[in-house]
Amino acid sequence: MSETFLSLDAIIKRFSPSLSVGDQIAARLGAKVETRSVHAVDDVSLSILRGETLGLVGESGCGKSTLGRIAAGILPATSGTASLGGEAVMINGRKTTTEVQTVFQDPFASLDPRMPIGDIIAEGPITHNLITRSDAKSYVGGWLERVGLDAGFAERYPHQFSGGQRQRVAIARALAMQPQLLICDEPVASLDVSIQAQIINLFLKLRRELQITCLFISHDLSVVRHVSDRVAIMYLGRIVEIGETETVYSSPSHPYTRALLDSVPKLVLEDDALVELRPIVGEIPSPLDPPAGCSFNPRCPMARDRCIKEEPQLRAMGTGQQTACHFSD
Amino acid sequence: MSEPLLQVAGLSTQFHTQAGVVKAVSDVSFSLERGQILGLVGESGSGKSVTGFSLLGLVDPPGRIAEGSIRFDGQELVGMPQPDLRALRGKRIAMVFQDPMMTLNPVLSVGTQMTLAVRAHDKVSKQMARDRAVEALTRVGIPDAGHRLDAYPHQFSGGMRQRVAIAIAMIHSPDIIIADEPTTALDVSIQAQILHEMRELAKDSGTALIWISHDLATVSSLAERLLVMYAGTIVEEGPTARVLRNPRHPYTRGLLDSLPATAPPGQNLQQIPGSMPSLLALPPGCAFAPRCSFASEVCNGDVPYLVTGPSAFRCHHPIGEAK
Amino acid sequence: MATPATPLGRFWITYKESKVGVVALGVVAVILVVAILAPLIAPQDPYDLSRLSLMDARRAPGHIGTGGYTHLLGTDAQGRDLLSAILYGLRISAQMGLVAGIVGLSIGATLGISAAYIGGRTEALLMRTVDLQLSFPPILLALVLVALLGQGKAQLITALVAAQYAYFARTAYGAATAERRKDYIEAAYGTPLSRRRIVFRHLLPNCMPPLIVVATVQIANSIALEATLSFLGLGLPVTEPSLGMLISNGFKYMMSGRYWISVYPGIALIILIVSINLVGDRIRDQLNPRLRR
Repeated sequence: MSETFLSLDAIIKRFSPSLSVGDQIAARLGAKVETRSVHAVDDVSLSILRGETLGLVGESGCGKSTLGRIAAGILPATSGTASLGGEAVMINGRKTTTEVQTVFQDPFASLDPRMPIGDIIAEGPITHNLITRSDAKSYVGGWLERVGLDAGFAERYPHQFSGGQRQRVAIARALAMQPQLLICDEPVASLDVSIQAQIINLFLKLRRELQITCLFISHDLSVVRHVSDRVAIMYLGRIVEIGETETVYSSPSHPYTRALLDSVPKLVLEDDALVELRPIVGEIPSPLDPPAGCSFNPRCPMARDRCIKEEPQLRAMGTGQQTACHFSD
Repeated sequence: MSEPLLQVAGLSTQFHTQAGVVKAVSDVSFSLERGQILGLVGESGSGKSVTGFSLLGLVDPPGRIAEGSIRFDGQELVGMPQPDLRALRGKRIAMVFQDPMMTLNPVLSVGTQMTLAVRAHDKVSKQMARDRAVEALTRVGIPDAGHRLDAYPHQFSGGMRQRVAIAIAMIHSPDIIIADEPTTALDVSIQAQILHEMRELAKDSGTALIWISHDLATVSSLAERLLVMYAGTIVEEGPTARVLRNPRHPYTRGLLDSLPATAPPGQNLQQIPGSMPSLLALPPGCAFAPRCSFASEVCNGDVPYLVTGPSAFRCHHPIGEAK
Repeated sequence: MATPATPLGRFWITYKESKVGVVALGVVAVILVVAILAPLIAPQDPYDLSRLSLMDARRAPGHIGTGGYTHLLGTDAQGRDLLSAILYGLRISAQMGLVAGIVGLSIGATLGISAAYIGGRTEALLMRTVDLQLSFPPILLALVLVALLGQGKAQLITALVAAQYAYFARTAYGAATAERRKDYIEAAYGTPLSRRRIVFRHLLPNCMPPLIVVATVQIANSIALEATLSFLGLGLPVTEPSLGMLISNGFKYMMSGRYWISVYPGIALIILIVSINLVGDRIRDQLNPRLRR
């Protein structure tokens, strides 16, 4: 296939609690103040090939959004580098490229409520000299039409639109920067089912037209299956399985992937069918205090001694994907 | 035939606002048998949550129940004085919300709240109330319930908090629990646990359940009967599997086809064009007509009446019965 | 119903739902117009000593003075027409309040937003200073400053600003820390836009609503504070008498039955402060999402 486009290399992200002076004194005096840092992303390396869509799946707190923000150049990594076509996305805490743009989950929060949507879309391209101020109107109009909105909407404010329409605006804002890589962070999670389908179709259409590379982050397994070429499953800051979408879905090899797929409720089409839900036992451990060894071991039905002692690395499976499990094959 | 546990007839709930009358629920009728699990499905603005609130008499001004009747175990709830409603609420009809913090008080320990909940309706000693709280927490799968009783809500994870809210709802073994999107904010693995437990609990205690959700799949794994709501009305009703296998209303069909799981990967999904009409200005006739590919002249003029049968629907041009 | 597109238009639509708010805003507007036009409206220039006659001193309301017109609100100890003096006093009081409010807003907002945006040690230093200052009563601080700086408009404004900027800084800091976590700020980082642009085009406009509420309240407080200082004789020089000084001038005649010299300026002050506060309350209610329907 084609060459690597986005490469994430040994990314680690920790969030240390920012302690106020009072907290620091209290901590010195022996009060219980949280000083441990959150291991949001723990040594993740992955690459996205030019033109492909990689789905990134995981439950809340697994670090998928943090990883997306690091790839997008919004958050600096604690260590490791994100690079796009060989160039670092961020240098000294500042984003150096416009080639990667992001669509956020909540279109009610991601658009500045005090700016007309035309200005929201045009702001980036004008700042980066992609267009001149005089071209802005027709440029914005073109993008609005491309995402299925009326070009005349440019003067309106975000509150005048429904959630689905706002998400279209957010997509237009990202694409108007003419990026090579689009990071979609749960772009349909806050939308209704019928609107979700519209946005997914729009995404598929624009991806075909623009030949754009994508990192598609979602907790929704069926959405990710629908749009991704490859998929990576994250658990507690690490990638536990990565491979071709169909391979991972049809023959998951990590116990967590299997349990996750089993947890998704399916449409029941038989009368009186006894649907066997096989929930994973237990809760997701706190990322403040991840378990030793394999982070899934407290919940894993196949956990053994080795899983508590030794951290599994990603390795190739017989079925083609890579899995971080001592006992899968 | 005996009267069902809950019989809702012609329920309409409206909100009188500055901008006009919001018809949140219009002419909703259904019934619920003892121990039955009913799924209420719709998108945001479909009126599913307002229906749930109406049943509990929790519609606050400027909203009010404009019309209809809600009969619960022989009593009429519409127009019932607030003190009588309060006596029913929590005791015989309980509610679980999407956000468990709607039920839980952040400054009281879980144990205090649960003993308060017990003693609100039953005059028992504190110790007995505490014992019942422990029992209820154990039943919803909270390990080490005796110790967890002294913890505060913020010390629980999201999934555990929702379990506590469910335990509080279950504490008086109510006849009905109305659950409004109780697993929407939770992760799939936690959702699966709670779905599993709810089903067992309902089965063991004989509690009837109204499960309100936007997610067809979740509802289908739980509910025996399904109500599909759109723009304040029930557009289709029937046994869950039957409705999903053989939807008669174009909206139900569209909703099913919108699910990414139903199309081959990478292909366009069947989408419903447009968006839900404003509840302030519903179109005359069928509210779904502007988005419907089957719509004709008659749809824009007359509100379709409910066609009953194995599954009931409100449509002038129903999709044919499959063989 | 067509909703107006601009945020200001929408603001007015909801604002006018409150009758009290609309009336209070009307009163404030009338007072401002009257204050601006005082030299044109007032029957007398109360500080042109050549026009004053001791014959008219301490006359009750309704007295027809040597100037040939009725003193509707009476006259003071120097024979000044009280209505005119009040109009001029309002002018000075309103001016002091507005200038102190706007300067305080600018300084406070800059500090608060910078603290929230920069973070780290700067944030700790700035906000602890602000907290420290908030623990002093503003009147005490203003008294000390006036004593140190001496009398005069500029000095008094400095004292008022110093006593009040901290409220703005706190509010701006609170608003900015909430806003900067929102996705649209992240989106701006992701574009990327310059920090300057993010602060001035995105962060600042979204922090304005709570600041405007605090500004209205603080303008009223400034006016009250200034009146207090003037009443104590520490405010403006006698050549620029504000309402506080008028009240103070009449105070010694209160017990001798000549109530009007103090009471009418007092009423004017109360109306001004109450109406500004009512406007502030209305804006606060309106911006408080919990009270929104």
